[in-house]
Amino acid sequence: MPEIPQIDNLWEFFRENSAAIGPQLQLIIWGLGILCVDFLIPAQKKGRGAIYALGGLFMASIHLYWFWGISPGPAFYNMVTLDFFARYFNLLFLAAAFLTVIMSYRYLDIEDEQHTEYYALILFATAGMMFMAGAIDLVSLFVGLELMSISTYVLVGFLRSQKRSNEAAMKYFLLGAFSTGIILYGMSLLYGLSGSTNLNEIGRQIVGLENNTLLVLSLFMMMAGLCFKIAAVPFHMWVPDAYEGAPTSITAFMSVAVKAAAFAIFFRIFYLAFGDVREIYIFALAVIAMVTMTWGNVAALTQDNVKRLLAYSSISHAGFVLMGLVAGTDLGVTASAIYLLAYTFMNLGAWSVVILLRRQDIPGETLEDFNGLYFKHPAIAVLMLIFFLSLAGIPPLAGFIAKYFVFAAVLEVALSSGEAHSSLMVWVAVVGALNVVVSVYYYFRIVVSMFIRKDYLPAPLSFSAGLVVVLVITGLFTVLIGIYPEPFISLARAASLSLT
Amino acid sequence: MSFFMENILNFVCFFPLIGVVLIVLWPKGKEHENGVKWIANIVALIGFLISIPLITAFNDPRYIDTATGMRFVIRKSWIDAIGAQYYFAIDGISLLLVLLTTLLGFIAILSSWSAITERVKEYYCYFLILQVGMLGVFMAFDFFLFYVFWEVMLVPMYFIIGVWGGPRKLYAAIKFFLYTLAGSVLLLLGILALYFYQHSVTGVWSFDILRMQQLSIPLELQQWIFLALFFGFAIKVPMFPFHTWLPDAHVEAPTAGSVILAAILLKMGTYGFVRLSLPILPEATMEFLPWLLVLSVIGIIYGALVAMMQKDMKKLVAYSSVSHLGFCMLGVFVATPVALEGGILQMINHGISTGALFLIVGIIYERRHTRMIADYGGLSHIMPVFATVFLIMTLSSIGMPTLNGFIGEFMVLQGVFADPIYKLWALFGVLGIVLGAAYMLWLYQRVMFGQLDDPENRNFPDLNWRELTTFVPLIILAFWIGLYPKTFLDYLHAPVNQIVERVRPGEFPLLPVQVAVKE
Repeated sequence: MPEIPQIDNLWEFFRENSAAIGPQLQLIIWGLGILCVDFLIPAQKKGRGAIYALGGLFMASIHLYWFWGISPGPAFYNMVTLDFFARYFNLLFLAAAFLTVIMSYRYLDIEDEQHTEYYALILFATAGMMFMAGAIDLVSLFVGLELMSISTYVLVGFLRSQKRSNEAAMKYFLLGAFSTGIILYGMSLLYGLSGSTNLNEIGRQIVGLENNTLLVLSLFMMMAGLCFKIAAVPFHMWVPDAYEGAPTSITAFMSVAVKAAAFAIFFRIFYLAFGDVREIYIFALAVIAMVTMTWGNVAALTQDNVKRLLAYSSISHAGFVLMGLVAGTDLGVTASAIYLLAYTFMNLGAWSVVILLRRQDIPGETLEDFNGLYFKHPAIAVLMLIFFLSLAGIPPLAGFIAKYFVFAAVLEVALSSGEAHSSLMVWVAVVGALNVVVSVYYYFRIVVSMFIRKDYLPAPLSFSAGLVVVLVITGLFTVLIGIYPEPFISLARAASLSLT
Repeated sequence: MSFFMENILNFVCFFPLIGVVLIVLWPKGKEHENGVKWIANIVALIGFLISIPLITAFNDPRYIDTATGMRFVIRKSWIDAIGAQYYFAIDGISLLLVLLTTLLGFIAILSSWSAITERVKEYYCYFLILQVGMLGVFMAFDFFLFYVFWEVMLVPMYFIIGVWGGPRKLYAAIKFFLYTLAGSVLLLLGILALYFYQHSVTGVWSFDILRMQQLSIPLELQQWIFLALFFGFAIKVPMFPFHTWLPDAHVEAPTAGSVILAAILLKMGTYGFVRLSLPILPEATMEFLPWLLVLSVIGIIYGALVAMMQKDMKKLVAYSSVSHLGFCMLGVFVATPVALEGGILQMINHGISTGALFLIVGIIYERRHTRMIADYGGLSHIMPVFATVFLIMTLSSIGMPTLNGFIGEFMVLQGVFADPIYKLWALFGVLGIVLGAAYMLWLYQRVMFGQLDDPENRNFPDLNWRELTTFVPLIILAFWIGLYPKTFLDYLHAPVNQIVERVRPGEFPLLPVQVAVKE
């Protein structure tokens, strides 16, 4: 048991260590600020919360920018760090939160649920994600996970008057609580085995314990819990219902940011703590990856509700990101990191088109609602086509670069000499490749609706300045990452190097 | 001028995009559609004209890269992190295919003038984007770039079939897309395997195709990579048994779509074999040779037999494509110098004659809106010019001497016969030619000869000047290749020799290469 050093000057200690959690602090302070000033805002103008939230996100970005070149190093006795891996993911979370806030503003008006707490909760969830990405200790990791999870439970149920939303929140909350419990149980076993909660220390302590039943048990418990958070099969049952019932903006946020945060801790735990005992879980993880992408795709084939369709597609994408973890190399982290970044933009873009179709009295969620979109709003339909092609992995778009990297990661391992799992890796790659084909089928069902069917629903779309900004930004990045991926690759590579 | 010549491949490849931009900016509405058509036609024509300097300056030493022998090389760094380059170049094989693409692109666009009446703007946009994708495939010498172009052309073709196609267009379009994509993702895995192998040997991250052609990869790995590449290319060709998407796509696609599909898109598959599979994986090719020949021969005979039984003209021509491409593949896989050269020439021939046959079917379809053979008969009485064109193209397709098909088929047969082991496979090829003559002549007889008894057919106008223009270049080329193939073969000798030396080194005397350097 390492001795806890004496803190002479609490203020001084906090000042020295707070650099590593600067962005999180900004978000929390601004979030609390929103809650405090809420009573001053008249009931019709609750949307102002969005502006404060943007302020918080902006300040957090500034903070992140200050520390971009200099790494403050681990802080609070090796609890959190702001290494490049954390910074990369923080950037991703900030981008996702920023886009979510501006796409939510008008949407909440339409749903008639405009409240300031919504924006505060997004900030809290984002702060939780940042703690997750920066955590190098089981305790801080768990606190971050809970902060994010609880905020999202509330957000999923935010449409209080809708049964669907309440049901989604209930389901998500119960299953989420279970999975957190399972993770926690795994953590406690791990602490018992290694005598430490620090991930690096655990990694050192468990070498040689490959055959220890308790280690295997704790590892698989944590894996199961994490698979729940990233929505991998067979722990995906909550996803379609939660994604369908939640406010669409929150669905979008969950499918990119929450998922990315869960992947961040997945990587932290499995690279730092379990990096040397890969033999235990590699097969299981590979199978989960293959089953996840296949099942997600197959289930999406028959969906007529676009929110459910995209929910299943996001399950399948989780399988693709897992391929990077299966590879377990530097390139694997790079691949998953770049996949998550590309996915953030293309998926948020696709969701924002779904939000655009949500009009007063029209849910705009079924396939028929997309009919003839091209004839009325060609630009929107073409953007949606770009997002779908990118999600399907057609070059020269972001999704292709992402898919290229995950395939490259597993094939690199398969072809490296002396690798015991070559054929497993080849299988993962082949199954992934064939899944690309399956996914095109259901994305193109929507494309056919938009471009070829003609019976257009004559209600005007719910355009707003924020939504247009989101569409432009996401569209731009989807194309840019595809055509000139160089800077994004270097970012992801730097993130991977700082992790391993 | 030198700026133009140094970047000529960029101009040729991306020029159609200028047309896309103009068309998008052009005003909407029925009354402006003629303008759209003019823009598309002029852009496509200029696209063809600016590709002509590729021939005239082909042997100009200023544009020859001394290290590799490639012409008009453009090489820029693109994604340094993975070593992918923006690398355009051509050799003799690419040259012929690029010119075929620019020419047929123009012809296909010209042939759409009156056939496409709705969503005109989009139609021409997709067509011009398709053109960019196809040209890029034939010019890219970086595997990553190659793959990008290879996939890019799927989307516009999907829309061309899916929007302007026949009654089962959606089925045909998605089938085309999924089949081809299934092949291409496996191709991507093959590319990655090559990429990592190359790095493990040379320590350089690179997708350079010419560099990969110098690797000597262990046989087992070669076989796996060959299989991955094979799916990608064989589906595109299409070889039996991966051909089932082709009849659907051809039958449902609008005329111009079928023309491009048959004349250019299928060539991307054969080109892939010639450019990539054979020279990069020579031992694996030889290892799989018997199987490849069996599939090619089944394609030849099966395609021909099925074609003979068709009641739908377009389906007949589509299956004849399967048969003809079997012929190409027979020549390419045997890889004796003459057979390989014949196979490549046959790719061009098939583009000319089958492209023209689809145009022919389109012309009578436009007049009566049916493709059933039984609905026609005796058309030669009222459409003499059309009858002549149709006859020339029929004869070109069945390999009549003095026309292009003969040269290609003869070279393939001669080349196969030169191989000591597989020489008797040439017999199957001969059978294919006989069957080909049977179904094509029978088609011609049923449509053009006999009594003109159906009253609906009485008032067909003969070809107008626009329709005739689409055929003239193809007829000239058919006779040119048939009478003096040397013009074209000269460009092929050097690259064919290189491939043969990789695949079957020292077994056969190489083709005579004239070192004709024009000052």
